[in-house]
Amino acid sequence: MRRASLAATALLVALALAPAPAVADDASAGHALFVERCSTCHGSDGRGVDGRGPSLIGAGAMAAHFYLSTGRMPLQSPDIEPVRSTPSFTDAQIRELVAYIASLGGPPIPQVNPGAGSYTEGRDLFSLNCAGCHQISGAGGVVTGGTVPSLDESTPTQIAEAVRIGPYLMPRFGEDQIDQHELDSIANYVVATTRHPDDAGGLALGHLGPIPEGMVAWFVAMGALLVAARLTGKRAS
Amino acid sequence: MKRLARAVLALVTLRMLRRGGHKHAPPAEPPPEAEDPRAELTSDPARELAAAVLALGGAAGALAFVAAYLLSGDTQLLGLAAGAACVLLGVGMIVLSAGLAGQDRAVEERPLPQPEVPAAGELVTAPADAITRKKLLAGAAGIAGASIGAALIVPAASLGPAPALGRSPWADGRQLVDENGEPVMADAIETGSFLTAYPRGADRDILGSPVVVVRIDPAMLNPPPDRRDWSVQGILAFSKICTHAGCAVAMLRYPLYRPTEPGPALVCPCHYSTFDVTRAGEVLFGPAGRSLPQLPLRRRSDGGLEAAGPMSDAVGPAQGRVDW
Repeated sequence: MRRASLAATALLVALALAPAPAVADDASAGHALFVERCSTCHGSDGRGVDGRGPSLIGAGAMAAHFYLSTGRMPLQSPDIEPVRSTPSFTDAQIRELVAYIASLGGPPIPQVNPGAGSYTEGRDLFSLNCAGCHQISGAGGVVTGGTVPSLDESTPTQIAEAVRIGPYLMPRFGEDQIDQHELDSIANYVVATTRHPDDAGGLALGHLGPIPEGMVAWFVAMGALLVAARLTGKRAS
Repeated sequence: MKRLARAVLALVTLRMLRRGGHKHAPPAEPPPEAEDPRAELTSDPARELAAAVLALGGAAGALAFVAAYLLSGDTQLLGLAAGAACVLLGVGMIVLSAGLAGQDRAVEERPLPQPEVPAAGELVTAPADAITRKKLLAGAAGIAGASIGAALIVPAASLGPAPALGRSPWADGRQLVDENGEPVMADAIETGSFLTAYPRGADRDILGSPVVVVRIDPAMLNPPPDRRDWSVQGILAFSKICTHAGCAVAMLRYPLYRPTEPGPALVCPCHYSTFDVTRAGEVLFGPAGRSLPQLPLRRRSDGGLEAAGPMSDAVGPAQGRVDW
C-alpha cells in the first residue's frame, strides 16, 4: 500500500513537473496502449504479474526504450528469450509507451556520444568487458542458457542502454565500472567495428575469429593443394 | 568461382604442355667437358667459410635462447632466438649443400668398362688448407649442434615443479583491489554486475591471484551451510581461472527477471563450463570437473572488501583432487 501511494505520488509529481503538456498527453496515450498490449504480463498498472513479467516501477524510460525500439517487447510468451526484431510499434507509439513507463519512475534514456569517445579505449574496454560473450567483432554468440545478440544493428543509444540495464542474461555495468567517457568509447568501437569492419582478407567468415578461419584454410586450401598436386604430378608407371 | 575455374584450367594446360614437352624432347646434347667434381668440392673456401660463420651464428642464436630462458623467460625473445638459430643453421646447410650438388644439368658419358678408378688416396690427399677449412666447418657444426642441443634440453627445467603454480596469495585479511590497484568498494558494485579483482600487493601473474567478484540479489543465494557467511551484501568472489582448462572465466550471466530466465552463473568462454554463483560455484554445465574455488569475503570498516580466509580449493585446471 505504501509503495502504491509512493508510486502514485511519484506519478503525480512527475505529471505536475512535466514541462510540456505533450509529455503528459504521451503518457496517458501510452497508458491506454500499455493496458491493451502489455498488461497481460506487466499488469494494467505496470506492477508486474507474478511469474509472467517483472514490475516496471523504476524501470524508467531507459529500459522501455531499449526493449521497444529493439523489438524485444512485446514478447510472444513470457518464457522465451527476447531477441531483436522489427519493432511492433510505430515511433510515435514507442514515444508514448516510453513516456508512460518513465512516469512510473526510473532512469532516463542515457546520453551517449560516440564521437566524444576513443576507438582504441573502446576496443580495450570492449575486449575486457564485452567480448567474452559478444566476440571482439560484436558478432554475438552463445552463453549457456541463452544466445548473445550480434551488435550489427545496435544504435549508440541502445548500446548505452544495454550496458546500464543488463537485459536478459547480460550483467549490468554501473557508472563506477564504465563511466560516461568509457561508454562513449565503447559505442564508438562497436559502431565502427560492426558498420565498417576491416575485412582486409576479403571474405569475413562471419567475423567468428581465427578458428573458423583456420578450418577454412585447412579444408579449402588443403583441398586446392591436393587438386593442384594431382593435376601437375606424374603417376609413376 | 570463376577464378578457381581459371586456375584449374591453367593447371590442366600446364600438364598438357609438360606432357607435350616430353614427347618432343630433343635428343640429349653431347656432354660438355666434364669438370672434376672434386675440384668444386675442395676449392670453394668462401662457401665453406660462409657456412661455418652461419653455423656459428646459429650456435649464437641457440645460446641466446638458453640465456633468454634463464634470464628473462620472455616468450617473444625465446621465439626470436630459436628462430634465428634454426634459420642461420638452415641457411648454412643450404649454402654448403649448394656447393656439394652442382646445379648444372649435364649428361656424363660413362665409358664401359671404366678405365681406371682413382685411388682412395687421391681423394683423401687434399691441399692442407682444405683440411683446415673442413676442421673449421666441422667445428662450427659441432658447436651449432651442441648449442641447439642445449637449447632443446634447457627448457626441460619447465617440466619440474613450478613453485608459483597453485600457490594462492589469498589469506585472511588480504584486501581486494581492481586492475588499477584501487581498493574494491562494496557499495560501488551494483547488483548484477561483476569485475576482476586481485590481492593487494601480491603478484598478479600467479594463477591463484585473480578473482571474479559478482554481486547478486541476496534473495537468490543458496549456499551450503558452511558458506553462509562467505558473501557480503550479495557480493561473492570466485577464482577467475576455470577448473577445466585454465581459461579466464570472463562471462557472467545474470537474469533481469529470475522467474522466466536462467539463474546467475559464471561461464568460461572456452568450453562453456558454467558455475552456479548462488551455490558455491558448483558446475551446472560443461566439461569442468570440479567447482570454481570460492574466496570468503568480509567487509572492511572503510567499506572495502577483504578475504576472510584462504581460497576454498586449489586454483586452476586439475584432474580430480590435487594437493599443492
